[in-house]
Amino acid sequence: MSQSKKLTSHPAKKRFAAVFDSFMPIFATIAALLVGAIFLLLLDANPITAYSALLEGAFGSFNAFAETLVKAIPLLLVGLGTCIAYRGSVTNIGGEGQMIVGALLSTWIGLSFTNLPGWLMITIAMLAGILGGAVWGGLPGVLKAYFNVNEILSTVMMNAIAVQIMNYMLRGPMIDPVQAEAASQIPQTARLEMAYRLPRLVPTRLHIGLLIAIILAVMVYVLLWRTTLGYRIRAVGQNQSAAKYGGIDVKKHIVLALLLSGAFAGLAGMMQVYGVNYRMITDGSATGFTGNAGFNGIVAALFGQLHPLITIPASILFGGLLVGANSMQRIVQVPSALITALNGLVVVFVVSSEYFRRRSQRKRIAFIESEDEGKPPKERSEGLGEAAS
Amino acid sequence: MEIRADQTNKTPFTSLQMRNVCKRFPGVLANCEVDFDVVSGEVHALLGENGAGKSTLMKVLYGMYKLDDGEIILNGQPVTIQNPTVAINHGIGMIHQHFMLVPTLTVAENVALGLPSSKGPLTDLDVVSERIVQLASTYNLKIDPSALIWQLSVGQQQRVEIIKALYRGASLLLLDEPTAVLTPQEVDELFLIMRQMTSDGYGLGFISHKLHEVVEISDRITVLRNGRKIGTQLTSAVTKQTLANWMVGREITFITSNDKMDQGEVRIDMQAVSCPSQRGTEGLRHIDLQIHSGEIVGLAGVSGNGQLELAEVVTGLRPIKEGRVLLDGEDITGLIPGQVTEKGLSYVPEERMKDGMIRDFNISENLILREHHKWPFSKKGFLRIPYINEHTDKLVEQFRIKTPSRMTLAKNLSGGNIQKVLLARELSRSPRAIVAAQPTRGLDIGASEYVHEQLLEQRKLGTAILLISEDLDEIMALADRIAVIYEGQIMDVLPRLTATKEDLGLLMAGVHPGETIQN
Repeated sequence: MSQSKKLTSHPAKKRFAAVFDSFMPIFATIAALLVGAIFLLLLDANPITAYSALLEGAFGSFNAFAETLVKAIPLLLVGLGTCIAYRGSVTNIGGEGQMIVGALLSTWIGLSFTNLPGWLMITIAMLAGILGGAVWGGLPGVLKAYFNVNEILSTVMMNAIAVQIMNYMLRGPMIDPVQAEAASQIPQTARLEMAYRLPRLVPTRLHIGLLIAIILAVMVYVLLWRTTLGYRIRAVGQNQSAAKYGGIDVKKHIVLALLLSGAFAGLAGMMQVYGVNYRMITDGSATGFTGNAGFNGIVAALFGQLHPLITIPASILFGGLLVGANSMQRIVQVPSALITALNGLVVVFVVSSEYFRRRSQRKRIAFIESEDEGKPPKERSEGLGEAAS
Repeated sequence: MEIRADQTNKTPFTSLQMRNVCKRFPGVLANCEVDFDVVSGEVHALLGENGAGKSTLMKVLYGMYKLDDGEIILNGQPVTIQNPTVAINHGIGMIHQHFMLVPTLTVAENVALGLPSSKGPLTDLDVVSERIVQLASTYNLKIDPSALIWQLSVGQQQRVEIIKALYRGASLLLLDEPTAVLTPQEVDELFLIMRQMTSDGYGLGFISHKLHEVVEISDRITVLRNGRKIGTQLTSAVTKQTLANWMVGREITFITSNDKMDQGEVRIDMQAVSCPSQRGTEGLRHIDLQIHSGEIVGLAGVSGNGQLELAEVVTGLRPIKEGRVLLDGEDITGLIPGQVTEKGLSYVPEERMKDGMIRDFNISENLILREHHKWPFSKKGFLRIPYINEHTDKLVEQFRIKTPSRMTLAKNLSGGNIQKVLLARELSRSPRAIVAAQPTRGLDIGASEYVHEQLLEQRKLGTAILLISEDLDEIMALADRIAVIYEGQIMDVLPRLTATKEDLGLLMAGVHPGETIQN
C-alpha cells in the first residue's frame, strides 16, 4: 500500500512556483506602487492618472524610452559590480563614491589633454574611470581582508570622503576657468571637447555606453562562471574555509571582488560625464552628480536576482520607474518628496521580497531533496556531518 | 526499587507499544507499518543505517512529529502524543543527540528550566539541587548541581540530560545515538547507568547504528531499513552478521587489512612539531610521527585533543610554531595549502561540508576545487567546461556517486555521496599521502565500507595514510600502527596486532597502561 500512497509530486506546480519566484521583484514593485497609491490619494491625486503618467513617461514614446535607457546605463554598470561583490559575499554600498572618483579622474584627464583623437581619449578616460572606481572600492577591500574592517561601514565612509574631494576639486583645482573669473563661482568643470563625447546611438541623449554596458554584462557572466578568477571569487564568497583548503588566497579575492565591483561603478561615473553631462557639476551632495545611481544600481541588481544578464532588463525597468516618476510628478503636481518616498518604497519592497524568494526556494529544494533521499526535510537540515539516523 | 513518579501521579511504566506506525513527509514515507515496543526493565535497541527512520520513529513517540497512521499504547491504554510536553507528562523522556542545555547556566538551573517553581515566582534551586543530588547518588552519576554546563565534559553533560529526564518523572527513556560523543570508558559508564536503570524498572529505547554497542547493551533489537521494520530479535539469539545484513539488505563483509604490506620508506615525517590551538592555548606539543609509504597510521583520541591541529599542520592550513614536517624528505613546513596540494598531499577534512566542500557549488565545481587553476581544468584563466564535465562524469561513475546530474548542488546530496565526491577529488589525484579525518563519521555502513575499501586500495598503491578517527573499531580494522593523542601529545604508537582496546582507551584518557590511576 505504501508505494501507492507515496505522495506524488507536482512538477507543473513546482515549475509554477519557480516562475512565480523569479517574478517576485516585479510583484514587490507593484505592491510598493499600491502603497504609493495611498500616498497619492492622501495628496488628493488620482493614482490611476498618476501611474499612467508614470508609464507614459517611462516607455510611452521613443524619446521617453531613450531617456529610460540613459538612466539605465549607470544602474546596470553599478548593478554588475554589485553582482560580483555579492558572489564574493562582500557588500559594496560605496557605488556613489566610486562613481564620483571614477568621474573625477577621467574628467581631469579629459580636460588636461585636449589634442588627442576622440577614440583614444575615450578609451583612456574609460580606463581612468575604471581605475578610480577600483581604487575607491579596493581600499575598503584591503581594509576588510587584512584588518577585518566591515566593508559596509567603510564603503559608506568612502562615499562621504569622495563627495568632499569632489566639492573641493570642482571649487578649486578643476573649476571651469570661466567660473573662476565670474562672480557666481559655480562649482563645475569646463566642458569636454566635442570629440571626447561618447557617440550617440540615435538622435536622443542615448549614447554608446548602453552597448558597452550590455557587452560588459555578458563579460561579467563569463567572468563569474567561465574563468578561474570568477570561480575563486565565488568559492571565497560561498565558503572561505573550503576555498582556503582549495589553495585559494582568500584575502586577495575579497579585495578583488570589491575592487572589480568598484571598477564598474567608476566606469558608470565616467559615462555620466562623457555620455550625458559633458562636465562635472556639484550641488554639494553625491546625489547631485550621481542621481543616486550608486545606490539604485544595487537595487537594480537585486531586481535582477544578482545575475548579470537578468540585471540588464532589471536596470531598464528600474530606470523607467525613475524617469516615469519624474514625469508623473510634473503631470499630477505632487511634491518631489513623494517621488523619493516612492523610490524608497520600491527599494524596501524589493529587498524584502528577496527574503521571501529565498525562503520559498529553500523550501522547494528541501522538498526535492526529501524526494531524492527518502528523508524528511527537517532531518536533512540538521547537518550532514552528524550521525543522525 | 520502584520508580518514583516525581511530583506527579503517573502510573508506573509497564509497557509501551507502537503499532503500525506510519509517518509521511512530503513525497516520502519515513516510517511504514513499524511496530516497536518496550517493556519495563529492558533495553530495546533500534538499529539501522542513517536515514532508516530510527530518529523519526522516536520523534513520533516523543511528540515531535505527528503520527500519520497507527497507534501508540502506553501501559495498555491508547494515547495520543501531540507534543513533547504530553510525552513528558506520560513519563516519556528523550536524550537527544545534541544536548539541549544552556552552557552558561548551572546544572540545577538547566534542570529547573521550564518547570514551575514550588516557590511561585521565586526560584527553588535549593529544592531542585537536593533532588538532583538524590537522583545522582542513586545512579552514581557524580554531578555537582552548581557546576556550570560549559565546564562539564561531554559525558557529564549527557548525564545532566539524563537527570533532567528523570527529574521530570520519565520512566521510559529514549536515547538517540547517546554514544556518538563518548570515549570508550564513558560508554562503559553510560552502559552501567543504563543497566542499573533497567533493573530499577525503567524501559529504555536505544538508537544506534553501531552494531557492537547494540549487541552489548540491549535485550532486544529491532532493525529498520528504509523506514520499514526488518525484524525484532532477542539479542542473545542473533549474530552480528545477521544484523548487519538486515541493516544493509545485502551481504556485508567486515573489512580488515590483514594482508601484510611491504612498507616503503618514510613518507610523512613530523619532527617535534608544536603549534597553538584555535583558542591560543597549546594545540600540539612536540609531535614526532612517521608514516611510511603503504602504511595506514591510525590516530586515536577523544575529540579535541589536537587531532584537528595535527591534520591542519600537515596540510598547511595551520602555521607551525616549532618543528618541521617532511614529505618524502622534502621540507614542506610553512607551505600554504595550495603548495602542499601540489606536492601530492590529499586531505579529507573532518567537517567535510565546512572545510572540504562548497554547499552551493555543484558536483563539477566541487570536484575541481583543488586544481581548477591547472591544465587540463583551465587554460589561460578560462575554465575548460567540456573537459570538466567529462572529468565529472568519469568520477561520478568510477566512485559510484549517486546523483541526478553533475549540476546537482553539493548541499542536495546525501552525506555518503558528499563524502564520495570528496574522496573522488582527493584520491583521483594519485596522492603520495592522505590525511583522512573522521572519513566515515555520519556515514551508514554501506558508505563506510566503501570509504574503507578506497583507503585500503590507496594503501596498496603505496600511499601513506594518516587515519584520524574517534571510532576505535575503524582504527583497529584498518590501521597498521595506532598512535594515541592526548592533550596535543602522542601518548604512544602501538602496532595494531598487539594493541588492545583497553590499552588504547587508557592512553586516550592520558594514562599509560600499567600506571596506577591517581585521583
